[in-house]
Amino acid sequence: MTDTSTQRTGDFKNALLRAGLYAMLILFALYYLMPLFVMLVTSLKSLDEIRTGSLLGLPRDVDFSAWGKAWSGACTGVQCEGLRPYFWNSVLIAVPAVLISTFLGAMNGYVISQWHFKGSNMIFALLLFGCFIPFQVILLPMAIMLGKMKIAGTISGLIFVHVIYGLGFTTLFFRNYYITIPVELVKAAKVDGAGFFRIFWSIFVPLSAPIVVVTVIWQFTQIWNDFLFGVSFSQAGTQPITVALNNIVNSTTGVKEYNVDMAAAIIAALPTLLVYVVAGKYFIRGLTAGSVKG
Amino acid sequence: MSKPILSIENLYKNYGATEVLKDINVAIQPGDFLVLVGPSGCGKSTLLNCIAGLEEVTAGAINIGARNMVGVPPKDRDIAMVFQSYALYPTMTVGKNITFGMKVRKVDAEVQARKLAEVSKLLQIEPLLNRKPGQLSGGQRQRVAMGRALVRDPQLFLFDEPLSNLDAKLRVEMRTEIKQLHTNLNASIVYVTHDQIEAMTLATQIVVMKDGIVQQIGTPAEIYNTPANMFVADFMGSPSMNLIPAQVESSDNGMQVHLERGSGERLTLRDTGTLQELGSAREVLIGLRPENITNPNGDAAQIAHCHVDVVEPAGSDTFISTKLGGKSITARMRADTKVTAGEGIDLAFDLSKASYFDPASGARLN
Repeated sequence: MTDTSTQRTGDFKNALLRAGLYAMLILFALYYLMPLFVMLVTSLKSLDEIRTGSLLGLPRDVDFSAWGKAWSGACTGVQCEGLRPYFWNSVLIAVPAVLISTFLGAMNGYVISQWHFKGSNMIFALLLFGCFIPFQVILLPMAIMLGKMKIAGTISGLIFVHVIYGLGFTTLFFRNYYITIPVELVKAAKVDGAGFFRIFWSIFVPLSAPIVVVTVIWQFTQIWNDFLFGVSFSQAGTQPITVALNNIVNSTTGVKEYNVDMAAAIIAALPTLLVYVVAGKYFIRGLTAGSVKG
Repeated sequence: MSKPILSIENLYKNYGATEVLKDINVAIQPGDFLVLVGPSGCGKSTLLNCIAGLEEVTAGAINIGARNMVGVPPKDRDIAMVFQSYALYPTMTVGKNITFGMKVRKVDAEVQARKLAEVSKLLQIEPLLNRKPGQLSGGQRQRVAMGRALVRDPQLFLFDEPLSNLDAKLRVEMRTEIKQLHTNLNASIVYVTHDQIEAMTLATQIVVMKDGIVQQIGTPAEIYNTPANMFVADFMGSPSMNLIPAQVESSDNGMQVHLERGSGERLTLRDTGTLQELGSAREVLIGLRPENITNPNGDAAQIAHCHVDVVEPAGSDTFISTKLGGKSITARMRADTKVTAGEGIDLAFDLSKASYFDPASGARLN
């Protein structure tokens, strides 16, 4: 009898602990979701309702007009075309920049981890150093450089900046991943007759899925969310969505349209959110991926 | 003698100021099975990598076929290599692993398929061809790695400790299989191992190395029976050779060997076979294999009563330890020998295969 009773107290204790754990997790989840909830409901309310209703209250009439306005009608200064053109600017910047910097990072990591040459460690150290240089430091030199290259204020200029700035991180990711691949693999491939690029494409690239996901998420988030480079190195017509969002929210003419601001902010954040939802589980897996079993 | 398939001449290899390989000279004939053996850090794997072209040499020549290969990339050396970790390409199936080399060299797809079929039949890995290396056991991976080498049909095979990741039982099985493959294919093989039993069982030629220097080159029998120095004597053979301090003195009927016994008295043995050049009287180390100290069987062998310190029955034999010349020595007795530690036993010393070494230099004297 005592056996079952102690077991029962044990069960009870476990259940209590579990309940506490869930309560804690739900609390944190609510805490993090609250701002998103406020943004979402506010974007669906009319201006009148925002002024009169409560911040947390659900909208009385769901009204999507703010979303339409944010997308194609809101004013960024003198122009009133909404976020749409800037959204495409951001896509045009982020997609090539992510692809190029990921590819170059993979190349760099492959060379540094598997093809030791004189000074390879030095070059890696310098690239790493690049990760820790604050953005502000490179603004002026970069502006001069873009001017000399005649790509100042263009989309290609912004792609260039993001590729250069991302290289440190992408190289670090790939180097740390490839360093776990046994050197004998390269030796075997060399004896088999494969050269530098053949080994990269046939052996390393197929192994790279987890780290590619990590790098793409990281780079996409960085580049899409970038404001400083976007505002510094763009001109009218090439501004990314973050700059446009700022202009919409901070344009001082007329009434403050909170619903439009909220909708615009959500639109601006959607792509990164989407990337995380689609590839998030690979992100964790890639970060914790250890050695490759041969 | 035909032309050597591999000859290494005056090879040196330095890493910065460290000399890893010093003046290596080795040559093997087609069909030879050359085993490079030595303790870890002796440079044997570096030498293999130099032969493969995976490491640059500092000085000297490596000829494969009749061609000097220094500066030639691995892919043009007509070699195939099996690695300790097998180094199978993890994302490719077994079949793709085996044909990768041919694919890179743009061999006809038909030829690829035919050779793959041949090799997988030979190694009995046909059912595995569509699996990934991660789904194979250690022994299966080992076979695939060998298949990848065999399918290339090169002039020279290089094996870098291919069995050391396998468990003991599988290792012995694979050892036999490698030996069989060598016999059937008449392949020329260079094989690196730190396991002296592997070296003895597989090789037609053994190179014993230490600290980047070749200690001795010879057939397994030569290495075992007439080791060139104390290092080789100690390294090859298990249990290793007994090296006992002794005094030798020439006499009318052969040479007298005096050994110090624990109590201060002397044991004097007679060696009729050994030459005079040892000098009239001097200090030496006499090397006796455990099997040359054994149960008396009535013939002229010389017998001494010794105190038994340890008894180790090994099934097929019984090893006992006793003290002689101030050192613990091992004798190999018949399995049915009834003796316990602490007792005395008669031991017969057979000096016909004795080796004599200089105590200072370690070099062989006879």
